[in-house]
Amino acid sequence: MSDHELRVSKIRDGTVLDHLPGGSALNVLAMLGIDGSEGTGVSVAMNVPSDRLGTKDVVKVEERELSQAEVDVLSLIAPRATVNIVREYEVREKKQAERPESVAGVLACPNSSCITNADEPVESRFDVLDDGVRCGYCEEIIREGIADHLDVA
Amino acid sequence: MRQDHLVAAGQLSRADVERLLDRAAEFDAALDGGGDLPASYPEKLLALCFYEPSTRTKMSFEAAMKRLGGDVVDMGGVDASSVKKGESLADTVRVIEGYADGLVLRHPREGAAKMAAEFVDAPVINAGDGAGHHPSQTLLDLYTIREAAGLDDLTIGIIGDLKYGRTVHSLATALTEFDARMHFVSPESLRLPRSVRFDLHEAGAQVREHTELDEVLPELDVLYVTRIQRERFPDEDEYRKVAGEFQIDSETLDAAADDLSVMHPLPRVDEIAPEIDDTEHADYFEQAHNGVPVRMALLDRLFQNHE
Repeated sequence: MSDHELRVSKIRDGTVLDHLPGGSALNVLAMLGIDGSEGTGVSVAMNVPSDRLGTKDVVKVEERELSQAEVDVLSLIAPRATVNIVREYEVREKKQAERPESVAGVLACPNSSCITNADEPVESRFDVLDDGVRCGYCEEIIREGIADHLDVA
Repeated sequence: MRQDHLVAAGQLSRADVERLLDRAAEFDAALDGGGDLPASYPEKLLALCFYEPSTRTKMSFEAAMKRLGGDVVDMGGVDASSVKKGESLADTVRVIEGYADGLVLRHPREGAAKMAAEFVDAPVINAGDGAGHHPSQTLLDLYTIREAAGLDDLTIGIIGDLKYGRTVHSLATALTEFDARMHFVSPESLRLPRSVRFDLHEAGAQVREHTELDEVLPELDVLYVTRIQRERFPDEDEYRKVAGEFQIDSETLDAAADDLSVMHPLPRVDEIAPEIDDTEHADYFEQAHNGVPVRMALLDRLFQNHE
C-alpha cells in the first residue's frame, strides 16, 4: 500500500489524478475550476514520495469524471499525470494527458499590451508548442512557469 | 485566417506576395502614365480607425481608396470618439462595419487586429498593432526591395529597434518566403523578440544577429533602418549613446557597396543623416511613395476575396 493511500481513502465514484508534480495540486484544481463550492468531496495529498517523480501530488475528485479534453489541458503543468476514472470503488478507465493543439480560457497572457488583457469580450487562446505555449493574439511565447499564468477565478 | 483580412505578414505565401506586387506595379504604371486603372471601386467606403497617430499609413490608405474611385470614413482621433467613453474595440468595429466595406485598424495593443477580424465580416487590415505587426507596410517594403535589389539572393541588414519595431517583425516574417540572408543589427536590449526569432527559426531562415553594423555592411544589398525610440530607454544619456551608435551618414556608407539601397519606414528622427537623401543609396522617399499603389493592390485583392 503506497503512502498516499494511507492518507487519503478510496473514493466510490469520480476521478483520481496521480503523478502530478509535487506542489502542483492546487494549480491543477484551479485549472479544472474546482474550488470546493460544488459540495462534493475533494482530497488532496501533496509532496508524497514517488519512485517516478521524487515527490508527487495526488488529487481525488468525487462524483466528477474528467473528460479527455480536461485531462489534456492538465498536460501543460502536469505532463506525466495519470488519470483514473473510478466507478463503484473500481478503476474503470485510465487516461493519459496528451498535449492539446491549443487551450482557450485557461491561461492569461503575460504581455500586458496584449488585446486579451484589455477588457475586451474575448477569451485568451494559446497554441501549444513542443516547448511552451504561444498567445493566439499577440504571439507572446511562454516557456517557463506556465502555471504562474493560470487564468482562473 | 480568412483571406479577406490582412492581420499579419505570416498569412502571405510567396505566391500571394508576388501576385500583390505585380498588381501594385499595374496600379503604379496607371497612376504614373495616366492610363486606365486595372480596377476601380467607386461604390466602396473604407473606414479608417486609427487609435494611434499616423501620417503616411493613414494618408496613403485614404489616397489609395480615393484613387480607386471610392471614399473613406474616418473615426477621427480617440479623444473625439466613443472610445473615450469606454467603448470596447469589439463594439466599435462592429458598429463601424455598418458604415463601411472595409476597416483599416491601428491600435496600441498587440493582437488588436486579429481580435477585430473575429468580430466583423468586412475585410480588416492591420495598420499596426502595438509592437506586433504592420503587414501593409511590409508589402510596400517588399515592392521597394524588389525594384531596388530583387527579392531573391538578397542580403539585407535590418538595424535599429528590432524589439518593438512592428515593421521589422512583419518584414522579417515575409522574407522567410524568399531566398534572403537576414542580418539583424541592434543593441542587445532591442534585439528581436522571442516570438519573431521562433518564427524565423521554424521557417529555416538564414539569420544572424549583430551589435555592430560594420561587421556586415559591405555585403548588404539593402539596409533597412528603423527609428530607436526615446521612450524605450530609462534615461536620456543611455538613449543618446545607443541612438548615436546607430546613425547612418556618408562616412558610415563609405564601407557599403555602391548599389546599397537604404530604406526606412519613416518617420526618421536622426537615424539617417540628411546628406544621404541626395545620394543613389536613398530609397526611403520612393518607399513611402509606393504606399499608394501597393495599398490599392491590397484593397483590390481584399475586396475581390470578400465577394
